[in-house]
Amino acid sequence: MAQLTIDDLRRILREAAGDVQDIDLDGDVMDLEFEAIGYDSLALLEAGSRIERAHGITLDDGLITEAATPRDLLTAVNEVLAEADAA
Amino acid sequence: MTGTKTATKRAEVVVTGLGVTAPNGLGTSDYWAATCAGVGGIGPVGRFDASGYPTALAGEVPGFVPEDHLASRLLPQTDHMTRLALVTADWALADAGVRPDEWSDYDLGVVTASSAGGFEFGQRELQALWSKGGRHVSAYQSFAWFYAVNTGQISIRHSMRGPCGVVVSDHAGGLDAVAQARRQVRRGTSRLMLSGGVDGAVCSWGWVAQLASQRLSPDGYRPFDATASGYVPGEGGAFLVLEAAEPARERGARPYGRIAGYGSTFDPRPDGRDREPGLKRAIDLALDDAGITPADVDVVFADAAGVRELDAAEAAAIGAVFGRRGVPVTAPQTMTGRLYAGAAALQVACALLAIRDGIVPPTTGTDPMPEYGLDLVVGEARRRPVRTALVLARGYDGNNSALIVREEV
Repeated sequence: MAQLTIDDLRRILREAAGDVQDIDLDGDVMDLEFEAIGYDSLALLEAGSRIERAHGITLDDGLITEAATPRDLLTAVNEVLAEADAA
Repeated sequence: MTGTKTATKRAEVVVTGLGVTAPNGLGTSDYWAATCAGVGGIGPVGRFDASGYPTALAGEVPGFVPEDHLASRLLPQTDHMTRLALVTADWALADAGVRPDEWSDYDLGVVTASSAGGFEFGQRELQALWSKGGRHVSAYQSFAWFYAVNTGQISIRHSMRGPCGVVVSDHAGGLDAVAQARRQVRRGTSRLMLSGGVDGAVCSWGWVAQLASQRLSPDGYRPFDATASGYVPGEGGAFLVLEAAEPARERGARPYGRIAGYGSTFDPRPDGRDREPGLKRAIDLALDDAGITPADVDVVFADAAGVRELDAAEAAAIGAVFGRRGVPVTAPQTMTGRLYAGAAALQVACALLAIRDGIVPPTTGTDPMPEYGLDLVVGEARRRPVRTALVLARGYDGNNSALIVREEV
Protein backbone atom coordinates (compact mmCIF):
# COMPACT_ATOMS: atom_id res chain seq x y z
CA MET A 1 0.00 0.00 0.00
CA ALA A 2 1.22 3.52 -0.78
CA GLN A 3 2.88 5.37 2.05
CA LEU A 4 1.43 8.59 3.40
CA THR A 5 3.54 11.60 2.38
CA ILE A 6 3.78 15.05 3.88
CA ASP A 7 1.86 16.40 0.89
CA ASP A 8 -0.94 13.90 1.55
CA LEU A 9 -1.00 15.05 5.16
CA ARG A 10 -1.12 18.73 4.18
CA ARG A 11 -4.08 18.08 1.92
CA ILE A 12 -5.89 16.00 4.52
CA LEU A 13 -5.35 18.61 7.25
CA ARG A 14 -6.71 21.34 5.00
CA GLU A 15 -9.78 19.30 4.14
CA ALA A 16 -10.32 18.18 7.70
CA ALA A 17 -9.78 21.36 9.62
CA GLY A 18 -9.17 24.25 7.24
CA ASP A 19 -5.99 26.11 6.41
CA VAL A 20 -3.91 27.77 9.10
CA GLN A 21 -3.26 31.48 8.97
CA ASP A 22 0.09 32.44 10.38
CA ILE A 23 2.17 29.52 9.16
CA ASP A 24 2.82 28.38 5.61
CA LEU A 25 1.70 24.78 5.67
CA ASP A 26 3.58 24.21 2.41
CA GLY A 27 6.83 25.27 4.06
CA ASP A 28 9.09 23.12 6.21
CA VAL A 29 6.64 21.98 8.87
CA MET A 30 7.81 18.35 9.29
CA ASP A 31 9.21 18.92 12.77
CA LEU A 32 6.95 21.71 14.01
CA GLU A 33 4.50 20.77 16.74
CA PHE A 34 0.91 20.56 15.54
CA GLU A 35 -0.14 23.04 18.17
CA ALA A 36 2.38 25.56 16.87
CA ILE A 37 1.08 25.05 13.35
CA GLY A 38 -2.46 25.67 14.56
CA TYR A 39 -4.06 22.22 14.66
CA ASP A 40 -5.50 21.02 17.94
CA SER A 41 -6.39 17.50 19.04
CA LEU A 42 -9.82 17.60 17.40
CA ALA A 43 -8.31 18.68 14.10
CA LEU A 44 -5.96 15.70 14.33
CA LEU A 45 -8.77 13.29 15.23
CA GLU A 46 -10.69 14.49 12.20
CA ALA A 47 -7.58 14.15 10.02
CA GLY A 48 -7.02 10.67 11.49
CA SER A 49 -10.48 9.47 10.55
CA ARG A 50 -9.95 10.74 7.01
CA ILE A 51 -6.68 8.80 6.79
CA GLU A 52 -8.48 5.70 8.08
CA ARG A 53 -11.21 6.07 5.45
CA ALA A 54 -8.78 6.73 2.58
CA HIS A 55 -6.56 3.77 3.39
CA GLY A 56 -9.01 1.32 4.91
CA ILE A 57 -7.03 1.06 8.15
CA THR A 58 -7.75 1.58 11.82
CA LEU A 59 -5.60 3.89 13.90
CA ASP A 60 -5.56 3.80 17.69
CA ASP A 61 -6.77 7.06 19.23
CA GLY A 62 -3.48 7.19 21.14
CA LEU A 63 -1.50 7.11 17.91
CA ILE A 64 -3.18 10.32 16.78
CA THR A 65 -3.05 12.22 20.04
CA GLU A 66 0.52 11.23 20.91
CA ALA A 67 1.95 12.41 17.59
CA ALA A 68 3.44 15.81 18.35
CA THR A 69 4.67 16.66 14.84
CA PRO A 70 3.84 15.76 11.24
CA ARG A 71 6.95 13.55 11.18
CA ASP A 72 5.67 11.63 14.24
CA LEU A 73 2.28 11.15 12.66
CA LEU A 74 3.62 10.09 9.26
CA THR A 75 6.00 7.60 10.88
CA ALA A 76 3.27 6.07 13.02
CA VAL A 77 0.70 5.90 10.20
CA ASN A 78 3.23 4.43 7.76
CA GLU A 79 4.09 1.71 10.28
CA VAL A 80 0.42 0.76 10.38
CA LEU A 81 0.27 0.82 6.57
CA ALA A 82 3.35 -1.41 6.33
CA GLU A 83 1.81 -3.88 8.82
CA ALA A 84 -1.40 -3.91 6.82
CA ASP A 85 0.64 -4.69 3.69
CA ALA A 86 2.54 -7.49 5.43
CA ALA A 87 -0.64 -9.06 6.79
CA MET B 1 -36.88 39.49 40.86
CA THR B 2 -36.99 38.77 44.55
CA GLY B 3 -34.82 40.09 47.32
CA THR B 4 -34.71 43.24 49.35
CA LYS B 5 -33.67 46.52 47.87
CA THR B 6 -30.30 47.60 49.11
CA ALA B 7 -29.42 51.14 50.04
CA THR B 8 -26.68 51.33 47.46
CA LYS B 9 -27.89 52.12 44.00
CA ARG B 10 -27.21 49.24 41.65
CA ALA B 11 -24.98 50.03 38.73
CA GLU B 12 -26.72 51.16 35.57
CA VAL B 13 -25.94 48.87 32.68
CA VAL B 14 -25.76 50.37 29.21
CA VAL B 15 -25.56 48.97 25.71
CA THR B 16 -22.49 50.29 23.92
CA GLY B 17 -22.46 48.15 20.79
CA LEU B 18 -24.84 46.32 18.46
CA GLY B 19 -24.35 43.66 15.82
CA VAL B 20 -27.20 42.45 13.62
CA THR B 21 -27.65 39.71 11.04
CA ALA B 22 -31.29 39.58 9.97
CA PRO B 23 -33.34 38.25 7.07
CA ASN B 24 -33.99 41.81 5.95
CA GLY B 25 -30.46 43.06 6.36
CA LEU B 26 -26.91 41.84 6.86
CA GLY B 27 -25.49 44.31 9.35
CA THR B 28 -27.16 46.88 11.57
CA SER B 29 -27.49 49.67 9.03
CA ASP B 30 -29.01 47.48 6.28
CA TYR B 31 -31.38 45.91 8.79
CA TRP B 32 -32.49 49.22 10.26
CA ALA B 33 -32.98 50.91 6.88
CA ALA B 34 -35.10 47.99 5.64
CA THR B 35 -37.05 47.77 8.88
CA CYS B 36 -37.95 51.47 8.95
CA ALA B 37 -39.00 51.25 5.30
CA GLY B 38 -41.15 48.19 5.92
CA VAL B 39 -39.04 45.99 3.65
CA GLY B 40 -39.19 42.34 4.67
CA GLY B 41 -36.93 39.37 4.08
CA ILE B 42 -39.35 36.45 4.16
CA GLY B 43 -39.52 34.24 1.10
CA PRO B 44 -39.45 30.65 -0.14
CA VAL B 45 -36.92 28.53 1.73
CA GLY B 46 -33.59 28.54 -0.09
CA ARG B 47 -31.33 26.46 2.15
CA PHE B 48 -33.06 23.19 1.34
CA ASP B 49 -35.95 21.95 -0.78
CA ALA B 50 -38.95 22.66 1.43
CA SER B 51 -41.54 22.28 -1.29
CA GLY B 52 -42.85 19.02 0.17
CA TYR B 53 -43.47 20.46 3.63
CA PRO B 54 -46.58 22.18 5.02
CA THR B 55 -44.52 25.35 5.48
CA ALA B 56 -42.10 26.49 2.80
CA LEU B 57 -41.52 30.10 3.89
CA ALA B 58 -38.59 31.38 5.94
CA GLY B 59 -36.63 34.50 6.72
CA GLU B 60 -33.09 33.81 5.55
CA VAL B 61 -30.14 36.17 5.97
CA PRO B 62 -29.24 37.57 2.53
CA GLY B 63 -25.77 37.87 1.07
CA PHE B 64 -23.87 36.05 3.79
CA VAL B 65 -20.63 34.53 2.46
CA PRO B 66 -18.83 32.91 5.41
CA GLU B 67 -15.45 32.90 3.63
CA ASP B 68 -15.60 36.70 3.41
CA HIS B 69 -15.64 36.98 7.19
CA LEU B 70 -14.14 33.88 8.77
CA ALA B 71 -10.82 32.07 8.54
CA SER B 72 -10.76 28.73 6.75
CA ARG B 73 -9.81 27.03 10.01
CA LEU B 74 -13.26 27.84 11.45
CA LEU B 75 -15.37 26.60 8.56
CA PRO B 76 -15.15 22.80 9.01
CA GLN B 77 -16.14 23.15 12.67
CA THR B 78 -19.09 25.55 12.51
CA ASP B 79 -22.78 25.34 11.76
CA HIS B 80 -24.30 28.06 9.58
CA MET B 81 -25.88 29.78 12.58
CA THR B 82 -22.58 29.77 14.48
CA ARG B 83 -20.91 31.45 11.51
CA LEU B 84 -23.62 34.10 11.59
CA ALA B 85 -23.10 34.42 15.34
CA LEU B 86 -19.33 34.86 15.08
CA VAL B 87 -19.71 37.62 12.51
CA THR B 88 -22.50 39.31 14.48
CA ALA B 89 -20.31 39.25 17.58
CA ASP B 90 -17.39 40.76 15.67
CA TRP B 91 -19.63 43.59 14.53
CA ALA B 92 -21.07 44.23 17.99
CA LEU B 93 -17.60 44.51 19.54
CA ALA B 94 -16.37 46.75 16.73
CA ASP B 95 -19.45 48.94 17.08
CA ALA B 96 -18.66 49.34 20.78
CA GLY B 97 -15.12 50.37 19.92
CA VAL B 98 -13.83 47.35 21.80
CA ARG B 99 -10.68 45.50 20.84
CA PRO B 100 -10.71 42.48 23.11
CA ASP B 101 -6.91 42.09 23.01
CA GLU B 102 -6.66 45.43 24.80
CA TRP B 103 -8.73 44.11 27.71
CA SER B 104 -7.98 41.55 30.37
CA ASP B 105 -9.44 38.17 29.33
CA TYR B 106 -11.33 37.79 32.59
CA ASP B 107 -13.04 41.17 32.26
CA LEU B 108 -14.95 39.97 29.20
CA GLY B 109 -17.83 37.50 29.31
CA VAL B 110 -20.37 35.97 26.92
CA VAL B 111 -23.95 34.88 27.54
CA THR B 112 -25.94 33.84 24.51
CA ALA B 113 -29.40 32.42 24.03
CA SER B 114 -29.82 29.17 22.14
CA SER B 115 -32.70 27.01 21.05
CA ALA B 116 -31.45 23.91 19.29
CA GLY B 117 -27.74 24.34 18.62
CA GLY B 118 -26.21 23.62 15.24
CA PHE B 119 -29.04 21.66 13.66
CA GLU B 120 -27.92 21.79 10.04
CA PHE B 121 -24.42 20.57 10.97
CA GLY B 122 -25.94 17.85 13.13
CA GLN B 123 -28.26 16.75 10.37
CA ARG B 124 -25.36 16.35 7.94
CA GLU B 125 -23.34 14.29 10.42
CA LEU B 126 -26.26 12.09 11.42
CA GLN B 127 -26.93 11.44 7.75
CA ALA B 128 -23.27 10.43 7.41
CA LEU B 129 -23.63 8.16 10.44
CA TRP B 130 -26.58 6.16 9.17
CA SER B 131 -25.65 6.13 5.51
CA LYS B 132 -21.87 5.56 5.73
CA GLY B 133 -21.01 4.73 9.33
CA GLY B 134 -19.38 6.25 12.39
CA ARG B 135 -16.01 6.76 10.72
CA HIS B 136 -17.62 9.34 8.47
CA VAL B 137 -18.91 11.57 11.26
CA SER B 138 -16.90 14.76 11.74
CA ALA B 139 -14.93 15.02 14.97
CA TYR B 140 -16.37 18.55 15.20
CA GLN B 141 -19.85 17.16 15.64
CA SER B 142 -18.73 16.77 19.27
CA PHE B 143 -19.45 20.45 19.83
CA ALA B 144 -20.77 22.00 16.62
CA TRP B 145 -24.33 20.85 17.37
CA PHE B 146 -24.20 21.93 20.99
CA TYR B 147 -26.44 24.54 22.61
CA ALA B 148 -23.51 26.43 24.10
CA VAL B 149 -21.47 26.42 20.90
CA ASN B 150 -21.95 30.10 20.04
CA THR B 151 -20.88 31.23 23.49
CA GLY B 152 -17.88 28.92 23.32
CA GLN B 153 -16.76 29.92 19.84
CA ILE B 154 -17.13 33.65 20.57
CA SER B 155 -15.27 33.22 23.85
CA ILE B 156 -12.41 31.38 22.14
CA ARG B 157 -12.24 33.79 19.19
CA HIS B 158 -11.84 36.88 21.37
CA SER B 159 -10.28 35.32 24.50
CA MET B 160 -13.32 36.35 26.53
CA ARG B 161 -12.72 34.25 29.61
CA GLY B 162 -14.94 35.98 32.15
CA PRO B 163 -18.37 34.61 33.07
CA CYS B 164 -19.79 32.65 30.14
CA GLY B 165 -23.07 30.81 29.78
CA VAL B 166 -26.05 29.96 27.63
CA VAL B 167 -29.78 30.36 28.21
CA VAL B 168 -32.30 28.08 26.53
CA SER B 169 -35.82 29.50 26.80
CA ASP B 170 -37.11 29.62 23.23
CA HIS B 171 -38.13 33.10 22.07
CA ALA B 172 -37.73 34.56 25.54
CA GLY B 173 -34.06 33.55 25.49
CA GLY B 174 -32.76 36.75 23.96
CA LEU B 175 -34.18 38.75 26.87
CA ASP B 176 -33.16 36.24 29.51
CA ALA B 177 -29.59 36.21 28.22
CA VAL B 178 -29.37 40.01 28.30
CA ALA B 179 -30.77 39.99 31.83
CA GLN B 180 -28.15 37.47 32.90
CA ALA B 181 -25.40 39.57 31.30
CA ARG B 182 -26.71 42.61 33.18
CA ARG B 183 -26.50 40.67 36.46
CA GLN B 184 -22.88 39.77 35.76
CA VAL B 185 -21.97 43.40 35.06
CA ARG B 186 -23.78 44.55 38.20
CA ARG B 187 -22.06 41.94 40.33
CA GLY B 188 -18.77 43.19 39.01
CA THR B 189 -17.82 39.70 37.84
CA SER B 190 -17.24 41.09 34.38
CA ARG B 191 -16.53 44.58 33.02
CA LEU B 192 -18.07 43.82 29.68
CA MET B 193 -20.58 41.23 28.55
CA LEU B 194 -21.49 40.25 25.03
CA SER B 195 -25.06 39.02 25.01
CA GLY B 196 -28.09 38.26 22.87
CA GLY B 197 -28.74 35.48 20.43
CA VAL B 198 -28.21 34.40 16.84
CA ASP B 199 -30.06 31.29 15.79
CA GLY B 200 -31.37 29.34 12.85
CA ALA B 201 -32.29 25.81 11.86
CA VAL B 202 -33.43 26.13 8.25
CA CYS B 203 -32.77 22.51 7.30
CA SER B 204 -35.12 19.58 6.87
CA TRP B 205 -34.39 18.10 10.30
CA GLY B 206 -34.88 21.47 11.97
CA TRP B 207 -38.01 22.00 9.93
CA VAL B 208 -39.63 18.80 11.11
CA ALA B 209 -38.79 19.66 14.71
CA GLN B 210 -40.34 23.11 14.33
CA LEU B 211 -43.43 21.83 12.54
CA ALA B 212 -44.18 19.69 15.58
CA SER B 213 -45.20 22.83 17.47
CA GLN B 214 -48.16 23.26 15.07
CA ARG B 215 -47.43 26.98 15.13
CA LEU B 216 -45.80 27.43 11.74
CA SER B 217 -47.83 29.23 9.13
CA PRO B 218 -48.39 27.73 5.69
CA ASP B 219 -49.13 31.10 4.13
CA GLY B 220 -47.54 34.03 5.97
CA TYR B 221 -46.95 35.71 9.31
CA ARG B 222 -49.91 37.94 10.28
CA PRO B 223 -49.89 38.49 14.04
CA PHE B 224 -53.01 40.05 15.58
CA ASP B 225 -54.86 39.55 12.29
CA ALA B 226 -58.19 37.72 12.10
CA THR B 227 -56.52 35.38 9.61
CA ALA B 228 -53.44 34.71 11.76
CA SER B 229 -52.25 31.21 10.93
CA GLY B 230 -48.99 30.87 12.83
CA TYR B 231 -45.57 32.33 12.30
CA VAL B 232 -42.80 32.06 9.74
CA PRO B 233 -39.46 30.95 11.17
CA GLY B 234 -36.23 32.71 10.37
CA GLU B 235 -32.52 32.84 11.08
CA GLY B 236 -30.22 35.51 12.47
CA GLY B 237 -30.43 37.74 15.50
CA ALA B 238 -28.38 40.30 17.34
CA PHE B 239 -25.65 40.71 19.90
CA LEU B 240 -25.34 43.57 22.36
CA VAL B 241 -22.31 44.81 24.26
CA LEU B 242 -23.18 45.59 27.88
CA GLU B 243 -21.09 47.60 30.32
CA ALA B 244 -21.61 49.54 33.52
CA ALA B 245 -22.54 53.12 32.63
CA GLU B 246 -19.75 54.95 34.46
CA PRO B 247 -16.74 53.07 33.12
CA ALA B 248 -18.33 53.02 29.66
CA ARG B 249 -18.56 56.80 29.71
CA GLU B 250 -15.01 57.06 31.01
CA ARG B 251 -13.62 55.06 28.11
CA GLY B 252 -15.55 57.26 25.67
CA ALA B 253 -18.22 54.78 24.61
CA ARG B 254 -21.49 56.17 23.28
CA PRO B 255 -24.34 54.12 24.73
CA TYR B 256 -27.48 53.40 22.73
CA GLY B 257 -29.41 53.24 25.98
CA ARG B 258 -29.60 51.29 29.18
CA ILE B 259 -31.16 48.04 30.26
CA ALA B 260 -33.53 49.54 32.80
CA GLY B 261 -35.82 46.69 33.83
CA TYR B 262 -36.50 43.00 33.47
CA GLY B 263 -39.09 40.51 34.62
CA SER B 264 -39.64 36.85 33.91
CA THR B 265 -42.54 34.57 34.83
CA PHE B 266 -44.08 31.19 34.11
CA ASP B 267 -47.69 30.72 33.14
CA PRO B 268 -49.82 28.73 35.57
CA ARG B 269 -50.17 25.00 34.99
CA PRO B 270 -52.84 24.16 32.42
CA ASP B 271 -55.17 23.16 35.27
CA GLY B 272 -54.50 26.42 37.15
CA ARG B 273 -57.31 28.26 35.43
CA ASP B 274 -58.04 30.54 38.35
CA ARG B 275 -54.63 32.19 38.02
CA GLU B 276 -53.86 34.81 35.41
CA PRO B 277 -51.34 34.10 32.62
CA GLY B 278 -47.83 35.25 33.37
CA LEU B 279 -47.15 37.88 30.71
CA LYS B 280 -48.80 40.76 32.58
CA ARG B 281 -46.87 39.85 35.73
CA ALA B 282 -43.63 39.88 33.72
CA ILE B 283 -44.47 43.40 32.49
CA ASP B 284 -45.31 44.55 36.03
CA LEU B 285 -42.05 43.13 37.34
CA ALA B 286 -40.04 44.84 34.60
CA LEU B 287 -41.75 48.20 35.22
CA ASP B 288 -41.11 47.83 38.94
CA ASP B 289 -37.48 46.90 38.33
CA ALA B 290 -37.07 49.99 36.16
CA GLY B 291 -38.85 52.14 38.73
CA ILE B 292 -41.29 53.52 36.16
CA THR B 293 -45.02 53.48 35.45
CA PRO B 294 -46.85 52.39 32.28
CA ALA B 295 -47.20 56.06 31.32
CA ASP B 296 -43.42 56.25 30.89
CA VAL B 297 -43.41 53.62 28.14
CA ASP B 298 -43.38 55.06 24.61
CA VAL B 299 -43.62 51.84 22.63
CA VAL B 300 -44.11 48.11 23.14
CA PHE B 301 -42.30 45.59 20.94
CA ALA B 302 -44.69 42.66 21.01
CA ASP B 303 -43.94 38.95 21.01
CA ALA B 304 -46.54 38.62 18.23
CA ALA B 305 -46.83 34.84 18.08
CA GLY B 306 -49.23 34.93 15.13
CA VAL B 307 -51.34 32.25 16.82
CA ARG B 308 -54.88 33.37 17.64
CA GLU B 309 -55.07 32.48 21.32
CA LEU B 310 -51.51 33.67 21.98
CA ASP B 311 -52.17 36.96 20.19
CA ALA B 312 -55.33 37.39 22.27
CA ALA B 313 -53.45 36.68 25.50
CA GLU B 314 -50.73 39.18 24.63
CA ALA B 315 -53.24 41.86 23.63
CA ALA B 316 -55.06 41.28 26.92
CA ALA B 317 -51.86 41.65 28.94
CA ILE B 318 -50.86 44.84 27.12
CA GLY B 319 -54.40 46.20 27.54
CA ALA B 320 -54.44 45.36 31.24
CA VAL B 321 -51.27 47.34 31.85
CA PHE B 322 -51.62 50.25 29.40
CA GLY B 323 -55.35 50.45 28.72
CA ARG B 324 -57.17 50.08 25.42
CA ARG B 325 -55.01 51.54 22.61
CA GLY B 326 -52.97 53.04 25.43
CA VAL B 327 -49.50 52.69 23.91
CA PRO B 328 -48.07 52.22 20.40
CA VAL B 329 -47.29 48.56 19.77
CA THR B 330 -45.16 47.16 16.99
CA ALA B 331 -43.86 43.80 15.77
CA PRO B 332 -41.22 44.39 13.08
CA GLN B 333 -40.46 40.67 13.15
CA THR B 334 -43.22 40.39 10.53
CA MET B 335 -40.32 41.36 8.24
CA THR B 336 -37.89 38.70 9.49
CA GLY B 337 -39.95 35.84 10.82
CA ARG B 338 -39.50 34.60 14.35
CA LEU B 339 -35.85 33.86 15.03
CA TYR B 340 -36.10 31.67 18.16
CA ALA B 341 -33.11 32.47 20.39
CA GLY B 342 -32.25 35.36 18.07
CA ALA B 343 -35.74 36.88 18.12
CA ALA B 344 -35.86 38.90 21.30
CA ALA B 345 -32.24 40.05 21.05
CA LEU B 346 -33.04 41.51 17.65
CA GLN B 347 -36.11 43.20 19.16
CA VAL B 348 -33.93 44.82 21.83
CA ALA B 349 -31.52 46.05 19.16
CA CYS B 350 -34.50 47.37 17.20
CA ALA B 351 -35.83 49.15 20.31
CA LEU B 352 -32.46 50.80 20.93
CA LEU B 353 -32.32 51.99 17.31
CA ALA B 354 -35.87 53.34 17.70
CA ILE B 355 -34.65 55.33 20.71
CA ARG B 356 -31.61 56.59 18.80
CA ASP B 357 -33.57 57.80 15.77
CA GLY B 358 -37.02 58.55 17.17
CA ILE B 359 -38.71 56.11 14.81
CA VAL B 360 -41.11 53.29 15.60
CA PRO B 361 -40.78 50.78 12.75
CA PRO B 362 -43.98 49.28 11.37
CA THR B 363 -45.63 45.90 11.63
CA THR B 364 -46.10 44.77 8.04
CA GLY B 365 -48.58 42.55 6.24
CA THR B 366 -51.16 42.38 8.98
CA ASP B 367 -54.53 43.96 9.70
CA PRO B 368 -55.07 43.90 13.45
CA MET B 369 -58.41 42.82 14.83
CA PRO B 370 -60.11 45.84 16.47
CA GLU B 371 -61.24 43.60 19.36
CA TYR B 372 -57.64 43.38 20.53
CA GLY B 373 -57.64 47.12 21.29
CA LEU B 374 -54.04 47.55 20.21
CA ASP B 375 -52.58 50.71 18.71
CA LEU B 376 -50.52 48.58 16.35
CA VAL B 377 -48.13 50.61 14.18
CA VAL B 378 -49.08 49.36 10.71
CA GLY B 379 -48.43 50.75 7.26
CA GLU B 380 -45.60 53.20 7.76
CA ALA B 381 -43.06 53.81 10.48
CA ARG B 382 -44.17 56.35 13.03
CA ARG B 383 -41.84 59.23 13.87
CA ARG B 384 -41.99 60.09 17.54
CA PRO B 385 -39.54 60.50 20.37
CA VAL B 386 -38.82 57.15 22.02
CA ARG B 387 -37.25 57.35 25.45
CA THR B 388 -38.49 54.09 26.87
CA ALA B 389 -39.35 50.84 25.11
CA LEU B 390 -40.76 47.62 26.49
CA VAL B 391 -39.83 44.37 24.71
CA LEU B 392 -41.95 41.25 25.25
CA ALA B 393 -41.04 37.67 24.42
CA ARG B 394 -42.59 34.33 25.17
CA GLY B 395 -41.16 30.85 25.05
CA TYR B 396 -42.97 27.68 24.08
CA ASP B 397 -45.16 26.33 26.88
CA GLY B 398 -45.45 29.38 29.02
CA ASN B 399 -42.30 31.25 29.95
CA ASN B 400 -42.68 35.01 29.61
CA SER B 401 -40.06 37.72 29.72
CA ALA B 402 -40.22 41.50 29.56
CA LEU B 403 -37.30 43.87 29.23
CA ILE B 404 -37.22 47.66 29.33
CA VAL B 405 -34.63 49.77 27.55
CA ARG B 406 -34.38 53.50 28.17
CA GLU B 407 -32.63 56.42 26.63
CA GLU B 408 -29.34 57.13 28.38
CA VAL B 409 -29.34 60.74 29.58
